Amino acid sequence: MARAALILTALAMLATATASRAQQQELPVNSIADGIFAYNGQTAQMTRENDGAIANVGFIVGEDAVAVIDTGGSVREGRQLMAAIRARTGKPIRYVINTHAHPDHGFGNGAFVQDGTTFIGHANLPRALAERGQFYLDAFRRAMGDQLIDEIRIVPPTLLVNGTLNLDLGRRSLVLRAWPAAHSDCDLTVLDEKSGTLFAGDLVFLAHTPVLDGSIRGWLRALDELGALPAQRVVPGHGPVSGWPAALADERRYLQMLAADVRGLIARGKPIAAAGTAAGSERSRWELFDDFNTRNATAAFSEIEWE
Amino acid sequence: MPGSLFRLFGVAGLLLFGAPHALAADPNDPWPGLVQDIFNNRPINDGSDVIAIEMPARAEDAAIVPVTLRTKLSASDSRQVLSITLVIDQNPAPMAAKFQLGPDAKVSEISTRVRVNNYTDVHAVAELSDGKLYMTKTYVKASGGCSAPAAKNADEAKGRLGQMRYRQFGKAGEGPASGAREAQIMIGHPNNSGLQMDQVTQLYVPAFFVNELRLWQDDSLVLTMEGGISVSEDPNIRFTYVSNGAKNFRVEAKDTEGHVFQREWKIDDSGI
Repeated sequence: MARAALILTALAMLATATASRAQQQELPVNSIADGIFAYNGQTAQMTRENDGAIANVGFIVGEDAVAVIDTGGSVREGRQLMAAIRARTGKPIRYVINTHAHPDHGFGNGAFVQDGTTFIGHANLPRALAERGQFYLDAFRRAMGDQLIDEIRIVPPTLLVNGTLNLDLGRRSLVLRAWPAAHSDCDLTVLDEKSGTLFAGDLVFLAHTPVLDGSIRGWLRALDELGALPAQRVVPGHGPVSGWPAALADERRYLQMLAADVRGLIARGKPIAAAGTAAGSERSRWELFDDFNTRNATAAFSEIEWE
Repeated sequence: MPGSLFRLFGVAGLLLFGAPHALAADPNDPWPGLVQDIFNNRPINDGSDVIAIEMPARAEDAAIVPVTLRTKLSASDSRQVLSITLVIDQNPAPMAAKFQLGPDAKVSEISTRVRVNNYTDVHAVAELSDGKLYMTKTYVKASGGCSAPAAKNADEAKGRLGQMRYRQFGKAGEGPASGAREAQIMIGHPNNSGLQMDQVTQLYVPAFFVNELRLWQDDSLVLTMEGGISVSEDPNIRFTYVSNGAKNFRVEAKDTEGHVFQREWKIDDSGI
């Protein structure tokens, strides 16, 4: 009996140790400036295997409080981001900022719902989540599986940004800016003035083929103003942390090529079904090109044909 | 529109939409039920010699999936295509559109754009002047990534409400000799699905879509479309027809809020 009890105790200890290790599993974030941390998501589609952790997410630590910028593609990733924060600071998480409505950036929101934490987004974000939230939950069940999807909740923002909003984390001022339709119709950027770090959300893609889900003309218009922001580096929505504004060059070239090619197709009377040939010259320069380029061209076609 | 059709086009989907698990778990093909609801269980014949449907194998943008319907009857066939019904089986509102073809316009091809919510069969059912139904189908995989069958730029979609565009195309290999021509009509309209819930009231926002469109060359009907929420935002119809020498195209469209949009254009003889 004593031996059995000993085994049980040992098993219980093992289980506890395993559980606490699991609880403490941290998203491997990098320190990119003083008090600023970011996780570089893998360039891939969201799957069961990668926990949906394909977008860049991060957090900024001030004297008084922490702001989280995007929460990842699953509650599991969100919890790992929370663990990464707690391993570095005990300060309260006062804000969760969602850069737009896409699931790889906001499916992790559920891990951060607690008293004292305010969710912030573009003024259009609640509408986008209302239109798309349930669809995303249904659509991603196929690729991500029941276990990851069952615990995801769509958490809309309660503090909305029209134009700009300043947040004070304690000796650290963040400038949030809501953009007209570009990558999507609810893009929000976060500029940390102290370090000159811009969290651009999916207004900026590097390596990963840019994804158009808003307005190609709006996106091209936004690039000049975006590039003028006083930042030294950018955390893009996808791709490596990079120098600013040089990081915009590839994306600008791609979007310009896409728009020009689509205009040519429309002028020649081609149907939208032929849109996928646009920007073909960009194929070797991007990852996931075949996953996204025809989609982008289709969206651009349906916009540009109204010019 | 009769109540039953309205239900099929616009609202029936709420039931399906609210129960995605049941949908996923149900191995049964929805098609037999759709044949009952849409075609009153009339017998449906193989239509592979009568009609063709072209769609991409995968929906790239879930909100804008091109579809082309083409009649395949030979010139010597005495039968005529009276109507073509497009059914996207797994969509919240499966009956996407019904096109009726004008008696004299010899419409041989219609292209439009639809929303595709899920992996789905897409059926095209032609009714011929012999009184029989003929069906063909294709299969479309849902889009990947963050693409959704929703507005990309909801404010712009509202701002475009009621704008209409007309364009005439030159068509390779066909011209004045055969009389076949190709044209396109675009109507600015959000074509809202009504599937989104208002955050404050917790009620579904009413669907708001173009449910009827008619197109004439002078006073001769070219085609009509009864449409539903599966038709993409800014309904776009590109079609091949035979000119009767008319001087003008005239379009009338109605939506579910009772707006009537009318435009008339002088027919562009040159195309591009």
